[in-house]
Amino acid sequence: MKDSKNQTAVAGNKGDRVRSDCHAELEITGSSGLQISIDSKVKVMYGNAIHKQIVEILDFFGISHAVLHLTDSGALPFVIAARVEAVIKKLVETEKEFLPELIPENKYQTNKDRFRFSRLYLPGNTPNLMINAGIHKPDGIILDLEDAVAPDKKFEAGFVVRNALRQIDFYGAERMVRINQVPRGLYDLDIIVPSNVNLILIPKCEGKDHVIKVNERIEKIKKEKGINGDIWLMPIIESALGVMRAFEIATAADNITSIAIGLEDYTADLGTRRTQEGTESFFARSMVVNAARAAGIQPIDSVFSDISDMEALKQNVLASKALGFDGMGCIHPRQIRVIHENFAPDDAEIEKAKKIVSAFIEATEKGLGVVSLGSKMIDAPVVKRAEKTVNLAISLGKLSKEWRTEMMKEVPREKIKVKSKK
Amino acid sequence: MVKYDKLVKNAAGRLVPTIVNGIEQIPYLGVGKFKPTGRKSAPPIASCADYPDDGNKTVPTLKDALVKAGLKDGMTISTHHHFRNGDLIANQIFDIAHELGIKNLRWFPSASFPCHEYLIKYLEDGTINRIEGSMNGPLGKFTSQGKMKGLGVLRSHGGRYQAVQDGEVHIDIAVIAAPTSDPFGNANGVNGPAACGLLGFALADSQYADKVIIITDNLVPFPCIPWQIHGNYVDYVVKVDQVGLPEKIISGTTQITKSPDRLLIAELTAKFCDEAGIIRNGFSYQAGAGGTALSIGIYFSEILKERGWKARFIRAGSNQYPVKMLEEGLVEYILDGQTFDLEGVRSMRENPGHVNTSPFTSYNYHGKGNFATQVDVVILGATEVDVNFNANVVTHSDGLLLHGIGGWQNCLFSKCTILPVPLFRDRMPVIRDEVTTLCGPGELIDVIITERGIAINPLRKDLIEKLKGSNLPIKTIQKLKEEAERICGVPEKPQFTDEVVAVIKWVDGTIIDSVWRVKEEGR
Repeated sequence: MKDSKNQTAVAGNKGDRVRSDCHAELEITGSSGLQISIDSKVKVMYGNAIHKQIVEILDFFGISHAVLHLTDSGALPFVIAARVEAVIKKLVETEKEFLPELIPENKYQTNKDRFRFSRLYLPGNTPNLMINAGIHKPDGIILDLEDAVAPDKKFEAGFVVRNALRQIDFYGAERMVRINQVPRGLYDLDIIVPSNVNLILIPKCEGKDHVIKVNERIEKIKKEKGINGDIWLMPIIESALGVMRAFEIATAADNITSIAIGLEDYTADLGTRRTQEGTESFFARSMVVNAARAAGIQPIDSVFSDISDMEALKQNVLASKALGFDGMGCIHPRQIRVIHENFAPDDAEIEKAKKIVSAFIEATEKGLGVVSLGSKMIDAPVVKRAEKTVNLAISLGKLSKEWRTEMMKEVPREKIKVKSKK
Repeated sequence: MVKYDKLVKNAAGRLVPTIVNGIEQIPYLGVGKFKPTGRKSAPPIASCADYPDDGNKTVPTLKDALVKAGLKDGMTISTHHHFRNGDLIANQIFDIAHELGIKNLRWFPSASFPCHEYLIKYLEDGTINRIEGSMNGPLGKFTSQGKMKGLGVLRSHGGRYQAVQDGEVHIDIAVIAAPTSDPFGNANGVNGPAACGLLGFALADSQYADKVIIITDNLVPFPCIPWQIHGNYVDYVVKVDQVGLPEKIISGTTQITKSPDRLLIAELTAKFCDEAGIIRNGFSYQAGAGGTALSIGIYFSEILKERGWKARFIRAGSNQYPVKMLEEGLVEYILDGQTFDLEGVRSMRENPGHVNTSPFTSYNYHGKGNFATQVDVVILGATEVDVNFNANVVTHSDGLLLHGIGGWQNCLFSKCTILPVPLFRDRMPVIRDEVTTLCGPGELIDVIITERGIAINPLRKDLIEKLKGSNLPIKTIQKLKEEAERICGVPEKPQFTDEVVAVIKWVDGTIIDSVWRVKEEGR
C-alpha cells in the first residue's frame, strides 16, 4: 500500500458513542494542494486550531497535495496529532516523528522498590479513558498495546500511547506500557522508549531471552537517542512454561522490579477455566510469589475482572495478599481504592512495624550495630520492610507523620527495649 | 408587536432589550435591588351560580374544553412538565389549535422536553408565536437559529410563579394534566395509573389563569383526596384514555453515576461540605437529579449514618435515594417540588414526612420569604462558569440554547451554593473568561468543585478560613481555568449575529441576559 498514489487510509474512531477521539481519512493526491475538511462537535471553539494543527503536521511530513477529512468527537490535540500521523504513515514511508512536547510534569523517574499495589490498564487505542486516569491515583497506569487493542488498530495505537506519555499528566503514577509479545513488542519500544516511559510490561514471557532482547533493544534506543534514566521491567507470566521458568525470568536482569501473573491466558494454557476460588491457579500464583521473593523483587497478581462486585474484589485482594503478592492489576478506576485499602497494612501490621522502626532509630542513635525488639533480634530486611510499612501507612493516611513522637509519649520506655547483640 | 427593542446594558454589563414581545421590561439591577410595587394580578371574579350544582364540570373532549374556554388568536396557553418527557397533552393542544386555524399563541410551559420537538411545525406555521419557558434540545436550537417568530423568554420555576403572580404573564387558558381528578376539578398527582407525584408547577396557573382545564385518565367521584389542585379554580374537566406516560418521568439522570470521574467529584464535594462544617446534625440540603448530585446525596447519607445524625430536611427533586433516607430515619422531611421516579411518587403518597411543595413556597422571589434561603447547601450543575463565578445553564459554549433554567436560579440563594462540574467535557473547558450567557451572578455562587481542584469564591472568606490546612485540592479559579486550557487549548468564542432570539429573566422578573442568534457555519 505504501508509496502508491491516490491511496486512501483511515485511522482513529468515530460514531455516536465515541468521545474525546477523532477519525482521520487521508488521500494523497498528485496536485491541487491541501483540501482539509473538519466535522467537529467543538468546531465553534477549536475549528481554526484543528485546521492549523493538521496543516502543520502535513507540512512536517512534506505533504502538499492531499485530501484530509477529520471527524472529531472532541479529541484533545495529542489525539488529533496521533491520528493524523498514523494516517500519514499508513501511506508514506518515513523515519520522521511528529512529537508533541514532553510536558515537564512527565519527566519524573520512578524507584525500583516503590509500591505497586495497583496498576490501571488502559486500552492503547482509547484515548478518552486515559485523560483522567491519573486523578484516581493508581500506583501505575498501563497504556496497553497488547490484548486491549484489536490487531488492525495496533499500528495507530502506538502513536496514541506515545503522545499520551508525552502530554497527559498522570499525576505521579508510574507510567507503564504493555508492549506486544516479543518479537513484535520490540518494535513498540522504538516508539515509546524516547517518551520517558517508566516501566515496560513484557507479556507472555516464557524465558530470560525475552527479557534480554527487550533490554538490548532499550539500551540501543537509549544510546541512539541519548536518553538517560531507568526503564524498569515487569515480565508477565501467562503460560505453564513461564510458570516453570519463573525464577529464571525474575533473575534475568537487574532492572526487573517485579513479575506479574496473567491468569486468563495461563488457565487457557492449562486447559482449564478461571474460577472465583482460584484453585486452578494456586500453584502458579505461589510459584510466582516464591520466584519473586527468591529474586528479591515484587510478585504482582492478575486482574479481577468483575468491575461491579467490590466485595468479591476485596476478598480477592485479601486472598492475594495472604498468598504473598504485593499488588494487582485493575481494569477500572473504581477498583483502585479497594485494592489500596486491602493491600495496605492493617492496624496490627502497622503497630508491629512502628515498634521495629522505632527500635531501629533508637539503636542507630545509640550507635548500636544490631537491633532487637524484646528478646528477638531484628534483621536488616525486616527493618526495611517495617520502614516501608510505616511510610505506606503514612502515605495512606493511616498513620500520622509524627507517629514516633506520639508513640514515645504513649508507650512506656521499657516496652521498646533496645539491646545490643551478645 | 415589536419582537424586541431598546437595548441597554444592565447592571451585569449585559446588553438586553427593554421591550420584549411588545411589553416593557426592567433590566437586571443587581441581586435584591429591584423592589416591585403595586398589587398582585388576579383572575376575573367567578360566580358559582355559573357552574353546575352537581359539581360535574366534565366535557367530552379537550377540543370541546378549549373551544368553551374561548381559545382564540394571540392567547397564552400554559402546560406543565410533571410528566417530563412523558407529556402527552401539550402536543394535542396545538394540534387542536392548528385544526381550528388559530394563530399566534404564546406557549407558556413550566418546562419543555424532547417530546415537544413535535411542536416545531407549529412554531414554523405560526400557530405558536413563541415559547416562554424552557427551550430544550431541538426547540433551543430552533430558537438559536432565529427561527422563532416571537422572542423566547426563559424563566426559573420561581420566576414563572413570580411572573404570573405579578401580572407579567397573563394566562388565558391553563391545561393541567392530572393523574387523578374528580368531576369538580379537585386533582392530584399521587394517585391513578399515571401517578407522577405532585402538581406544584400548575399551582400558579390554577390560581391566576382566566380558564382552567383539568385533563385526567382517572376520574374519581368527589372528593378527590388529596386535592393538590382545588376544583374551585377549575372550569372544565376532560377524561381521556391516557394523560401521560409515568415511566418517562424517570430520565437517565436519576441513577447514581457509574462514571469514576463524576464519583470522584461527588466525593470531593461531600468531603468539602464535611470539612466546611456544613454537614451536621439537623442540616438541610438540596441535591438535584443529576448522577453526580445523587452520588453526593449517598455520601451525605453515609456520613449521617456513621455519626448517628439526621438531616432536618432535603429539598428535592425526589427519587429512590432521598426516599430511602427518609425511610431509614436519616432525614425528617423531604420538601419535594418534583418527583423523579415512581419510588418518589409512592413515598409522597404514603409518607406524611414527604411533603409536596410548589414554586410559591420554595422559590417565589416576590413573596414574604421563601425557604430556598434556609437550605444549608445546594448542589447544582452548569454548562459554564467564569472566573468571576458567574454561571450559565442555558447555552453551550458553541452558543446554542439547549437547556431551561429550572429551579437553578432560585436555589442560588441557599447558604452555600456548590457547582460540581468537570474541568472540561471532551475538549470543552467549563471555566471561561466570561460565560456565554449569564444565568446566575457570581456573588451567589460559592464553590466550584472539579476533578482537578476546588475553587472557593473569594467573597466567602469564612469558607476559605475553614478550609485552611485542608488536604483537599483548593486552588484559585484562574488556576483551574489555566489547567483546563493547558489541556484543551484556549477556545474561541462563538460567533453571534446582532439579533436577540431570547432573554433570560432573573428571579425578580428583570432581564439578566440576552441569547443571541448564532452565525451559521463559516468554514
